[in-house]
Amino acid sequence: MAKKSMTTNTGSTGRRGRRHPLATVALIMIGLVTTGGAYALFSSTASAEPSSVNTQASVDEGKKLFSSNCATCHGLNAEGVDGVGPSLYGVGAASVSFQVGTGRMPLANQGPQAEKKPVQFTNEQVSSLAEYVASLAPGPAIPSSKYLQADGNASTGAELFRVNCAMCHNVAGAGGALTEGKYAPALAGVLPVHIYEAMVSGPQSMPVFNDTNLTPTQKADIITYLKYLDKNPSPGGFDLGSLGPVSEGLFIWIFGLGAIVAVTIWIAAKAN
Amino acid sequence: MAQHDDGGTTAATGSAVVRSEPPVAKSGTAVVPTNAFENPGLPPHRLRATDLDPQKDRIAERRVYTLFFLSIVGSVFAVAAYVAFPLVPGDTNSVRLNNVFLGIGISLGLLAIGIGAIYWSKNLMRGDEMTESRHPTRGTEATREQAVEIFKLGNKESGFGRRTLIRNSLIGALVAFPLPAVVLFRDLAPAADPVPQLKHTMWATGTRLTHDPSGTPIKAADVTIGSVFHVIPEGLNDKEDRLEQKAKAAVLLMRLKPEDLKISAGRESWNYDGIVAYSKICTHVGCPVALYEQQTHHLLCPCHSSTFDVTNECEVIFGPAARPLPQLPIAIDSAGYLIAQSDFTEPVGASFWERA
Amino acid sequence: MTVTETKPAAAPTVTETITAPVPSRGARFTGAAANYIDERTSISGLVKELGRKIFPDHWSFMLGEVALYSFVVILLSGTFLTFFFQPSMAVVTYQGSYVPLKGIEMSAAYSSSLNISFDVRGGLLFRQIHHWAALLFIAAIGLHMLRVFFTGAFRKPREINWFIGFILFVLAMAEGFTGYSLPDDLLSGNGLQIINGIIKGIPVVGTWISYLLFGGEFPGTKLVALFYSVHILLLPAILVAALGAHLLLMIINKHTQFAGPGRTNDNVVGVPIMPIFAAKAGGFFFVVFGVIVLIASFFTINPIWTYGPYDPSPVSAGTQPDWYIGFADGMLRLIPPGWEVVFFNHTYSFNIIVITVILIAFLAIVATYPFVEAWITGDKREHHIAERPRNAPTRTAIGAAGVTFYAVLWAAASSDLMATHFKVTIEGVIHVLQVLFFLGPVLAFFITKRVCLGLQKKDREIALHGYESGRIVRLPGGEYIEVHEQLDDYERWRLVSFNEHQPLVLQADANGQISGAQRTRAALSRWFFEDRIAPATKTDLERSSEHH
Repeated sequence: MAKKSMTTNTGSTGRRGRRHPLATVALIMIGLVTTGGAYALFSSTASAEPSSVNTQASVDEGKKLFSSNCATCHGLNAEGVDGVGPSLYGVGAASVSFQVGTGRMPLANQGPQAEKKPVQFTNEQVSSLAEYVASLAPGPAIPSSKYLQADGNASTGAELFRVNCAMCHNVAGAGGALTEGKYAPALAGVLPVHIYEAMVSGPQSMPVFNDTNLTPTQKADIITYLKYLDKNPSPGGFDLGSLGPVSEGLFIWIFGLGAIVAVTIWIAAKAN
Repeated sequence: MAQHDDGGTTAATGSAVVRSEPPVAKSGTAVVPTNAFENPGLPPHRLRATDLDPQKDRIAERRVYTLFFLSIVGSVFAVAAYVAFPLVPGDTNSVRLNNVFLGIGISLGLLAIGIGAIYWSKNLMRGDEMTESRHPTRGTEATREQAVEIFKLGNKESGFGRRTLIRNSLIGALVAFPLPAVVLFRDLAPAADPVPQLKHTMWATGTRLTHDPSGTPIKAADVTIGSVFHVIPEGLNDKEDRLEQKAKAAVLLMRLKPEDLKISAGRESWNYDGIVAYSKICTHVGCPVALYEQQTHHLLCPCHSSTFDVTNECEVIFGPAARPLPQLPIAIDSAGYLIAQSDFTEPVGASFWERA
Repeated sequence: MTVTETKPAAAPTVTETITAPVPSRGARFTGAAANYIDERTSISGLVKELGRKIFPDHWSFMLGEVALYSFVVILLSGTFLTFFFQPSMAVVTYQGSYVPLKGIEMSAAYSSSLNISFDVRGGLLFRQIHHWAALLFIAAIGLHMLRVFFTGAFRKPREINWFIGFILFVLAMAEGFTGYSLPDDLLSGNGLQIINGIIKGIPVVGTWISYLLFGGEFPGTKLVALFYSVHILLLPAILVAALGAHLLLMIINKHTQFAGPGRTNDNVVGVPIMPIFAAKAGGFFFVVFGVIVLIASFFTINPIWTYGPYDPSPVSAGTQPDWYIGFADGMLRLIPPGWEVVFFNHTYSFNIIVITVILIAFLAIVATYPFVEAWITGDKREHHIAERPRNAPTRTAIGAAGVTFYAVLWAAASSDLMATHFKVTIEGVIHVLQVLFFLGPVLAFFITKRVCLGLQKKDREIALHGYESGRIVRLPGGEYIEVHEQLDDYERWRLVSFNEHQPLVLQADANGQISGAQRTRAALSRWFFEDRIAPATKTDLERSSEHH
């Protein structure tokens, strides 16, 4: 235990102990706020970008795909159909890329929420659809790949994940229940781009985490932490689904006590 | 209770009921049948393979000592694993390997001893069952009389029964002596009365709403529709009792379409353009209620599934909570940052006796 | 062992056996050592008394041993952990090996728990051994209690030992809960927050109890140190004392045995402690220890590093207590909204009060059941034969109802996980369990009672008419019958050796009065024994063979 590095201070609960790390935190925060502001500026221009920059051909291709696959529920011009599908004005390319790119859309059947399914379109088709929807009205864009490298600060990411995400997705990203049959899905193995897009677009029950709430760097940190969990299996061995004490309790009753009862039966049985 | 004992001995037709005097105990309502089967006694002893066949006996013996040797191998393996799988800082996989191999070695060392000993006892030790007779748990009449005699002697020699003032004052003293222990625990907690503390939080007029955990202030314009912000009061991170304050002051900030909000009289000015702030601490037993569903505007507590409706001032729509989450009245300051208008107007979190 | 080898009958004192010609050097040394110790402790008396004591052999008699051995494992692993754990809530900045927590502020308790996991070789293994052993400890106690209950092994003279066992069960849960709280991680902190909420809901004294427990406002800075003393000193001391009493009474009362040929209420049939039972039980200790270590080396338990340090604002989906507190947590979830009133300026949290009362009542019934049953039957005899559950249908049904009640509460504690895993709504799960809370125990009672009576009837049939052999024979008259094979005496004894009770008949006392207590007792007695099957007797057998 590295005593020196720990600013322990019993009794008066670390008035001195806190000042030092806080100073660093404050510094980091100043840095984050300035860079975050810059990123926010950048991303807001980026969200308007696709409509002007992207090829009209791709948008047209997207419109065709949209008419044949999405228009039934979202309306011919993505204006939405009352009680069936919401308007897609302003949802942005990120939302399309997430919903279609994870197979949640097109919806297979009405249920509490859209399920993850095998993706029905090629990557090109997904981006065409995204460009078409983005061309209708500005909205969150597909994130820049520099935030998706999982090379940020896992520690900050973990802390932000606990505050903003763990209540629904579970601290280990194992998912959890919401009301009326809805649920927050497990996050293991989800692509960084989809994690990012989900945060900016707020699919279904999930709230939106815009760039002032979680800056792009902070989102990158969260992705870093989630990828850390993916890459590093639990040091304690099999994680039993990371579901916490319930799976541990079931395990000890069924397998732990089960194995031991089997031994007791062997002990008490007469030898041949 | 003794007076009821005879009740059970009422004889019923077709069966005889044992009626006997102590030390033979009463059977109560149990029926002793007149012509029951007799206990046939122990069945004949069956010899084991190891009893009959010296070859099998030798095999069993070999198995037992092999297991014991295997145990030694396991324990040595564990020591080797301790050295061979060091912990590399930052590498959780090294922890995983250390855990698994050290564990395998130790469990082999233990299981082999255990299985060996049990196998030994089952196959090589004496194989037949033995019988031991039981005796009534109560002492024999003679012993009991002696015990009574000792008590009588003790009473006589001390005068415990006779010197009533001594006896009663002693009982009184024995009752009184633990009393200081009750007051001794008072200083576990500070001198201040807890009730006023429970009724107030860090929020005050003009306190800025800031991000949890960074403490950076939040502008109203940042809170877009559908987003949720986890909020702490400005200056919380500098507090010495940071966690105690946070446990009361944590707030959830959401923006809804203003037309979605049902607002009761007196709370009209508590939101800012559809931005509402509610205590994050559940009114049931105090878990953080943080699961906000942006479409249904439900807030769900992950601990006991209490569900609150944000559109309707966080009234309880499901689960064991009894009261709505307290609302924090908010406004914006001249720089456009969100601030609290005041503290919560009611105590936050779980109910307590003095709450009302 | 040498002492018992040489027959004490032939050798009145130990010294004499030592002087007897003993060839090997090893045996000479053992003898000398035994002599040395005996001359200073008179231990030979104890060996003589206990060495050849007989223990009956049945797998279910070893469940208590499992609990005992897990407890020993807990003591050993826990001691190791205390060498590295810092029971302090002072704030430190983590600088250890686990990357996703680097630079985070946390308590020294949490930081040292992380260091045990990541910077002490074998530390994680011992943390996992300790926690898995704790889960096993309480699970084994639970199963042991069920075995004792369903076989009536709590009857005289063992009622007091049942009660001591119950105390051990409660102590074990308290140990578990205090231990769960020590690492000061997010999950345990939320557990404490819930406990704090429950305590505050207690009328009159709740606020103050919470204030004293946490040393001020929740979470405070003192709880870990307080729980540490309780967890490693106070509770273990009481637990060890109660455990000693439990074992001592078990030795004094001798173990029960199942009915069987040669087994009577006045004897014990089995194997002697020295050497067979000692080898089996000693070996079994190593097996239990080994199984726990094996589980700990392959399966993660309580991954505190993913939970993060305690902070009152974050929370994880699926926040649950360890399994043994689950029934209380489940009860909390089953209360419908709005159970709180303000009356004379004070808040009555019925959503807390009701569950506290129900849980205390449930535990009180468990603790006092042997005394209640003894009062109903009025049976003052000693019982050393463990009953087959079917031969006490009402008791078995009561037990099944209790198990169902517990299971419903237990299930409620994982309502959110059931919702996600079985793709149903969380509200639906709770509503179903709310219904089952009332209906489940009643149904379990009636079904179990019917099943027991049915099994008893079948036993009686078999005892009197034998097994169906599957062989069909045509009688001279052209009639077909299936040949029944009669049981031998040993097999039959197992089926007929049990007690039958008759409902109490009300009788006036000497003054011609019938007291209220007596009426209650008669009513309970009727409830217990109205439906019953008498054990087959020889008369029945003769009558049935005349029949054929």
